[in-house]
Amino acid sequence: MLNYIIRRMLYAIPILIGVNLITFTLFFVVNTPDDMARMQLGIKRVTPEAIEKWKHERGYDKPLMFNDSEEGAAKFTRTIFFEKSAAMFVFDFGRADDGRDIAHEIKARMLPSLAIALPVFLLGLIVYITFALVMAFFRATYVDFWGVVLCVALMSISSLFYIIGGQFLISKLWHLVPISGYGGGLDAGKFLVLPVIIGVISGAGANTRWYRTIFLEEMGKDYVRTARAKGLPESIVLFRHVLRNAMIPILTGAVVVIPLLFLGSLIAESFFGIPGLGSYTIDAINSQDFAVVRAMVFLGSLLYIIGLILTDISYTLVDPRIRLE
Amino acid sequence: MKALFKYLLAPLVALLSACSGNPWNNPYPAADAGKNILYSAFAERPKHLDPVQSYSSNEILLTAQIYEPPLQYHYLKRPYMLIPATVAKMPVAQYFGKNGAQLPDDVDATQIAYTIYEISIKPGIRYQPHPAFARNEQGQFLYHDLTAGDLTEVYKLADLPHTGTRELTAEDYVFEIKRLAHPRLHSPILGLMSDYIVGLKEYSATLKAAAEAQDGQQGSDAYLDLNSHPLEGAQVVDAHTYRIKIKGKYPQFMYWLAMPFFAPIPWEAERFYTQKGLAEKNITLDWYPVGTGPYMLTENDPNRVMILDKNPNFHGEAYPSEGMPKDEQAGLLADAGKPMPFIDRVIFSRDKESIPRWNKFLQGYYDASGIGSDSFDQAVQLTGQGEATVTEAMKAQGIRLETEVATSTYYMGFNMLDPVVGGLSKPARKLRQAISIAVDYEEYVSIFANGRGIPAQGPIAPGIFGHRDGREGVNPVVYDWLHDRPQRKPIATAKALLAEAGYPNGMDAKTGAPLVLYFDVTARGADDKSSLDWMRKQFQKLNIQLVVRSTDYNRFQDKIRKGNAQIFEWGWNADYPDPENFLILLSGAERKVDNDGQNSANYDNPEYNRLFERMKNMEDSPERQKIIDHMIDILRHDSPWLWGYHPKDYGLYHAWYGNVKPNKLSNNNIKYYRIDGSLREQKRREWNEPVLWPAVLGLLALVASLVPAIIAYRRREQGTGTRQASPAAQEPGAGNA
Repeated sequence: MLNYIIRRMLYAIPILIGVNLITFTLFFVVNTPDDMARMQLGIKRVTPEAIEKWKHERGYDKPLMFNDSEEGAAKFTRTIFFEKSAAMFVFDFGRADDGRDIAHEIKARMLPSLAIALPVFLLGLIVYITFALVMAFFRATYVDFWGVVLCVALMSISSLFYIIGGQFLISKLWHLVPISGYGGGLDAGKFLVLPVIIGVISGAGANTRWYRTIFLEEMGKDYVRTARAKGLPESIVLFRHVLRNAMIPILTGAVVVIPLLFLGSLIAESFFGIPGLGSYTIDAINSQDFAVVRAMVFLGSLLYIIGLILTDISYTLVDPRIRLE
Repeated sequence: MKALFKYLLAPLVALLSACSGNPWNNPYPAADAGKNILYSAFAERPKHLDPVQSYSSNEILLTAQIYEPPLQYHYLKRPYMLIPATVAKMPVAQYFGKNGAQLPDDVDATQIAYTIYEISIKPGIRYQPHPAFARNEQGQFLYHDLTAGDLTEVYKLADLPHTGTRELTAEDYVFEIKRLAHPRLHSPILGLMSDYIVGLKEYSATLKAAAEAQDGQQGSDAYLDLNSHPLEGAQVVDAHTYRIKIKGKYPQFMYWLAMPFFAPIPWEAERFYTQKGLAEKNITLDWYPVGTGPYMLTENDPNRVMILDKNPNFHGEAYPSEGMPKDEQAGLLADAGKPMPFIDRVIFSRDKESIPRWNKFLQGYYDASGIGSDSFDQAVQLTGQGEATVTEAMKAQGIRLETEVATSTYYMGFNMLDPVVGGLSKPARKLRQAISIAVDYEEYVSIFANGRGIPAQGPIAPGIFGHRDGREGVNPVVYDWLHDRPQRKPIATAKALLAEAGYPNGMDAKTGAPLVLYFDVTARGADDKSSLDWMRKQFQKLNIQLVVRSTDYNRFQDKIRKGNAQIFEWGWNADYPDPENFLILLSGAERKVDNDGQNSANYDNPEYNRLFERMKNMEDSPERQKIIDHMIDILRHDSPWLWGYHPKDYGLYHAWYGNVKPNKLSNNNIKYYRIDGSLREQKRREWNEPVLWPAVLGLLALVASLVPAIIAYRRREQGTGTRQASPAAQEPGAGNA
């Protein structure tokens, strides 16, 4: 297994370089270093000298990918792409365009992101599996029928609607929790209730339907028929046999997102005023801060790769037939 | 049911309401209830709080409360008027000729070689408590030689427990002027001030050389001692007096002295913040300001909250005793002479989205709010006389509306370098005049700005010297004066002008081809489609086809810089209340193409340029007004812009928010405001009673929906058992049946 993990980690390097290259290209197709300088320095009274100075201080005065004025390897290394990308592989994210330390920001914002994402993930998993099991148990009955209808309806609604609707009903009309905001320590609880409830509900349609399909597929297998033929109660069949065997596809979907929980949610964090990494990324995109965008895309790719490796490992834990070689 | 409520809802309730009596949806700690705190929101985190770099309105909202430039605007009086802030008396410009001899005040500007402003500050003003000033018993600075070990447990400024203070001196003001040229800082006004402050340009080069020499020895972040490099244009006379030397005559310089760019910075702060290891922890002057103003920044988490607390060392200032005639009636002079500031703490919470911001305002958790287009109808209604007022629902909550015409202008510009719409030729001018009549800005303001604006008659915003109201202020190219009000000329006049321009009925008289014009705009969403369609319709009145060229903001700016746009929209917020700040936008010397200035239309009329050069150095006087009138006439005749409109700012304020008079130029307003914390608390409780029945009903519905499922489940389980126990099932061969 160790060899497999090392091999996968090595595969990750070209993937990360590729992702970084794509991010770099897309970003600089839209924004030139001059645009970035203007965005930071403001629109009024910005002189060309100030722009050149800003670029020079941040190393944006070099060619993007190929430096014709250098010799040998320096033609590639004395470029914006190389200088900005190489450091990230040792997790040196550098400074944002406004001069603030990116690693410090990431550390500070990771916890608020997790404070929403983790409860949504765990609670969501419990709720979706429970509902899916109920629907599977009552398959072909009115519970199943209306459950599917409800799931389709929930799936069809935009997540933004859940946020605005939830804020309107629960906070504005019923005055039960604050509309937005964030507090440290125990104080965070009252701010997290609403985003967590909305996070769980907004994912309920798609996930419950998916898990239901998995359970139904599993319930059609021979071993389930055998279990029933043995006269086992349906609850034992479901919880002891079906659920355990349905864990592989559930794990595929669930474990891969665990590392991404750190990155938070772009929309929910903005609407609920949660100072997490999702909100940080949106701010960086809006302010054309390439340093932060690059760091966040790199981190996202890395965490996704880690998620995939964890998924592979988790297979071996839930299915003894699988070996990582 | 009671048990169900107790076990399911009660823990939630306990979690939500940390303390009884506090509304459940209160985003603030219960301990703050009723306190003298102002609650406000911000959407975008400030980039810079260092006064030498900060130039955005969201930044100045904070810096203006912390830093004290020598001058400030009178809070109540209009037109806007400068008064002392930290100075003992208003500085007076002294003019000198080439031979160094002092000239009389009324001398012709061309004879003035330089101007000196001698500024005397009041003694006894002290800085806010700050670690940069902390000293030990031997009088040595405690935190000026921090090692990596000292910083191990330091994550924010408050982690350095000792603070100190000292008296404000003239040297601190000079130090800040020198910082404009600091090679590691990016002051947006360095270029402009280098043209005026004697020696600043050379000083910038000197500091750059000094920094480069220092970089090699001590690293690029080392402290650059500005005190060891004198600047001719800013010199200390004595502990409380300094002198600024300006090239020629520049009366607008006084306005700059009311901006944070000219606020004092103590050298100790600069020395403290440039220590190694602090910047890595985001402990910089750009993050933690040091000032003498009424407030100090005590918490800076711009991702969540920024808190200003009353500066215990504030020198004190009395609320103004004079204002405009209506101010007394409006209760704005009730606090006359009382010491400011009135509010103890200001909490700015970050709310990026307008919907939560608006709802929190309605719940009483923000004390004031702007009005977005989404909530306009909910908040504002027009009276029979066309006057804006709050709706009945707002009135019932005690919310009031304050309006003020902004010192801004939104205009549509023609690129004067364009071969079709540009140039000073007669046909091009008539084409622009025709379009000026056709584009109905009264309708635009009514539809797209909810009436929040005044159609402009020229570039100068109301409230600024040079702007004329009424009949004498009307643009005769676009309007007729009928029934005591300006009336847009009929479209037939525009069509006639278009024909004279060589495009009868929108067709090129020479080629017969339809006239197609290009409107460059920044990339817009679906929401803006209607305004672009409206604009096409306006041009269609003249049978001109308008092609919208949408692009992102960067490309748009690039087009403007290179002169590739044909027609575009832009806006301008005044830096100071002087006509020069608006008329410079059409000065030939400020052309965007070639000169990279502020004149985006690249308008260049020699007569206008000549008058501008004369007008800009004049004091406000009838003679200056006459020149401005002439300049405006030239502009209206040439029509390089469609004058667009001057936006009107609407603000909503709760009943407990007092002493509010919108002031678009003065930013240090928080010290004047007053909050009635107990009224706010009472209203918050009244407006935010928790509504529990939907939650109870939801639980009941859930239980009710589960009952049949549980019954069915039990029946099925029992059915399984029954089948298991049935004798038929146990008969041989029964399983194969």
